[in-house]
Amino acid sequence: MPEGQVLELTGLTKRFGAVSAVDSLDARVEPGLVTGFLGPNGAGKTTSLRMLLGLVRPTSGTATIGGKRYADLASPLQTVGAALEASSFHPGRSAANHLKVYARAAKLPTSRVDEVLGLVGLADVAGRRVGGFSLGMRQRLGLATALLGDPGVLVLDEPTNGLDPEGIRWMRSLLRHLAEEGRTVLISSHLLAEVQQTVDALLIISHGRLVFQGGVEDLADPDEYATVVDAPDRAALSALLDERGIPYQLLRNGFTIRHLEPVEVGALAAGADIALSNLQSKGASLEDIFLELVSGVRVHASAGGTTVPTPEVPAAAPTGVPDAESPAPAPAPVPTADPVPAAAPVESLPEPAPSTAMVPVVTPAPAPRAAQPEEPRSSYSVASTGVIDVVPPAPAPDQAATDTTEVQR
Amino acid sequence: MSLVAVTRSEYTKQFSTAGWWVLAIVLVVYVAFTAGVLALVFGGVASGRLTGSGPTPQTDGLAGLVYSSASGVGYVFPLLVGTLMVTTEFRHKTLTPTFLATPRRGAVLAGKFVVGIVVGLLYGILGSAAAVAAGAGVLSIFGVDPELGSSDTWTLIGRMLLAFALWAVVGIGVGTVVRNQVAAIVIVLAVTLFIEPIVRTLGGLVSGFSDVVKWFPSAASDALVGKTIFGAMSSGGGGALEWWVGGLVLLAYAVVFLVIGLFTTWRRDID
Repeated sequence: MPEGQVLELTGLTKRFGAVSAVDSLDARVEPGLVTGFLGPNGAGKTTSLRMLLGLVRPTSGTATIGGKRYADLASPLQTVGAALEASSFHPGRSAANHLKVYARAAKLPTSRVDEVLGLVGLADVAGRRVGGFSLGMRQRLGLATALLGDPGVLVLDEPTNGLDPEGIRWMRSLLRHLAEEGRTVLISSHLLAEVQQTVDALLIISHGRLVFQGGVEDLADPDEYATVVDAPDRAALSALLDERGIPYQLLRNGFTIRHLEPVEVGALAAGADIALSNLQSKGASLEDIFLELVSGVRVHASAGGTTVPTPEVPAAAPTGVPDAESPAPAPAPVPTADPVPAAAPVESLPEPAPSTAMVPVVTPAPAPRAAQPEEPRSSYSVASTGVIDVVPPAPAPDQAATDTTEVQR
Repeated sequence: MSLVAVTRSEYTKQFSTAGWWVLAIVLVVYVAFTAGVLALVFGGVASGRLTGSGPTPQTDGLAGLVYSSASGVGYVFPLLVGTLMVTTEFRHKTLTPTFLATPRRGAVLAGKFVVGIVVGLLYGILGSAAAVAAGAGVLSIFGVDPELGSSDTWTLIGRMLLAFALWAVVGIGVGTVVRNQVAAIVIVLAVTLFIEPIVRTLGGLVSGFSDVVKWFPSAASDALVGKTIFGAMSSGGGGALEWWVGGLVLLAYAVVFLVIGLFTTWRRDID
């Protein structure tokens, strides 16, 4: 049984000309866990993984597997199994021969080819040319290639891409099983929801920089919650909320109010004689938090000194955070039990808390691609119901200066 | 040790797709046709059954000339197969799993070099067999001695095998320098079918020019083999290299391309 190894990225940087694809990334991936490597498209995930695997030469910094660079591994395929893309196959070669090529290179017995083909459920099509394979079958063949050397470390780029729901479920349980055996499992994805149920730990990067590192449970703050309320007479309800100065968002499923208990909202409505059609509590959506992290609205302490301070809040740069390796509790203001809308506890922004459900796309991000002139744009939000609402830009631009995310309508 | 593993891997890679035997069939048909037609023309004229327009060629050594068409026209095939050994890896992104299995990239190229020689020799055997079968068959119809018992014939075949093997590794060098498969194929065909024949023809006409032209890869290859229709028809053999120099020149082309590739494309980021 091969041992899992610690993967360590230290100051890992890759520049293509003036563009930093990966910018001084520090991260540590532990064995025995499934670690999700998340970030939007173009965040630098694949480049980071390719640097870890010795395929791309870092501009500076190191990436090691159990303390060794990939090129220095004595038997690479027996140490690290990687599946980077679903297209690294010669279409004219059969699945079995594809695996045989790499089994030969790694001095593995060819009996291993049949074993891994059986493991990923491709035994029946072993002799068929890969050119005729569906994306899901290629994904499985990629995984079979990764498992060929029975490695202690698995690095998979978007492994569930192209799999049907049954395949995704199978992949999840397989990855869990491999991690439980003590292996290091690192999977990348651009969707939190896709890996949320599988991963124990998370690395989130955006524009080549680490924005979060820690357990899934560290991502959501237990004090973040919201109340969803709806009434047949929405005008009356919104008038009431406006009158009380309670910020809210109007989404398809009703008004979302942060940091106010359903019992308080219910009492308020009852006092104003408004009949309610819905009143419920919901926790903070991890997807929302994820989107805020990658857009730079939210800054998490685990990102260490690697996060660029936004221009508005130079004093809030978390330079004093000592470690980027353990998910220490945020040194930000201590969460209070105060139900009045207040800054989100992990925020380091001194401004009133932006809503955690709406991510403005106009946030000042360090990457050059966000350098377009400020213009009101549609923001979007993913409600916990999974419904994606597109919210039109705020009518008054000056309002956006202080309260970028609240949209009244 | 690692070199043995990577060579075995490259061997499996080479012979697990259809490319090699498709090219081999085309090679056999092409060479057999060329040798057959040459035997028909030379044999027919030499035996007097066909009326030649020029002086009647001697029947001595005619068989060797016919057989040498295997490398004379067939050298494009080992060159192509060698080029494809590298460019398909770029085209289908199989260099990613290849370098994951063998992070020492130079070893991968060394493995390809060995397999390239094996494939080149195989093509040489197929090409020579096709030329001898078709050529000897047609020559004996005209009563010309196919010279199959002659040691000269077998020396010629041996040198052709060497030429085929060297052409395959030149192809690997070309593929390493020119990563794009379409571009590499176009370059190989343009150089071998147009540029070299034209320049060599001109080299035979202009004095002094042949001293440059004899260093060209196909001229070096013809020098290595010793006899060619091309050499017989154009340059007159005046400026040709020694056979072993020809072989070394061909090897030098392969090594130069491989070294350039090794320090440029082969070191690049793979994505």
